Amino acid sequence: MIDLDATDRALLRAISEDATQSAGSLGRKLGLSQPATWRRMKRLREGGAIARHRVDLDLAALGFDVTVFLGVSLAAKGRVSLADFERAVSAIPEVQTVQHVLGLYDYRLRVVARDLSDFERILRRRILTLPGVGAVDANVLLSEERLPGPL
Amino acid sequence: MRLDDSDRRLLRQLIATPEASTAELAARAGLTEPTCWRRLERLRAAGILRGQRAVINWRALGYQVEVSLRITLDKTDPHAFDEFIARARQVPEVLEIQTFLGRVDVRLNLIARDMAHYQQVYRDRVLTLPHISDLEALMHLSDVKSEANLPL
Repeated sequence: MIDLDATDRALLRAISEDATQSAGSLGRKLGLSQPATWRRMKRLREGGAIARHRVDLDLAALGFDVTVFLGVSLAAKGRVSLADFERAVSAIPEVQTVQHVLGLYDYRLRVVARDLSDFERILRRRILTLPGVGAVDANVLLSEERLPGPL
Repeated sequence: MRLDDSDRRLLRQLIATPEASTAELAARAGLTEPTCWRRLERLRAAGILRGQRAVINWRALGYQVEVSLRITLDKTDPHAFDEFIARARQVPEVLEIQTFLGRVDVRLNLIARDMAHYQQVYRDRVLTLPHISDLEALMHLSDVKSEANLPL
């Protein structure tokens, strides 16, 4: 586990807003020299504090008007291999994320579609035909807000 | 703005490797560097490409527990959504707030250092949020797929 001071937290907060900023411009905002900023960023990266970068796209402008979250329960637990299900579901291009969860469902999927009839096609042809799939619960995303978290 | 095949190729490469330099992206998308740069600028100007954000690895920062809280609100009060969301925003451990059309009204994505900390946040900060009529929790075990690709 990596220890953070207030400056590290401010740096993480800044790059979770905009990850393309140079060490120089980040430093100017936080009152740090460029080399000091660079050293801190290197320590944060090497300590694993940054999982990856995410490109923020306007999905509606790209023609994806519908995002649906699916809760999927496996029908035959124990008989169907989780690995088979995970491999098949991950290969579906419209499935953006797959989370293995504990609770009412086994998996939580984020699915993008052009519209509701496109979503119906994905659900019928790709999701409901997955190996071992049981009950599926769908919720259509209306709004989404990401927060900085405890930084 | 209409996208052509080169734009789509470029976006696919950008989603796969956001940290790549313009030169690397250009090579992978089969474009020259100046063309690649111009196309990226055009996508930004059209509002399609909004930016790039670092995703924090909360586990590395000592947050071992991630829970998805699916909440049904008491909608007899017309301000239920607004008041609930305004208060949920003030909980530091909440990473995402999503609203839905379906069986669930709102979902909070919440992190905690361990189960004891989760229990504390849940009792003191979540159950005290206004207008909750029902709530269920999904404990996050692992990310099977998380690169958020698009079928472009």
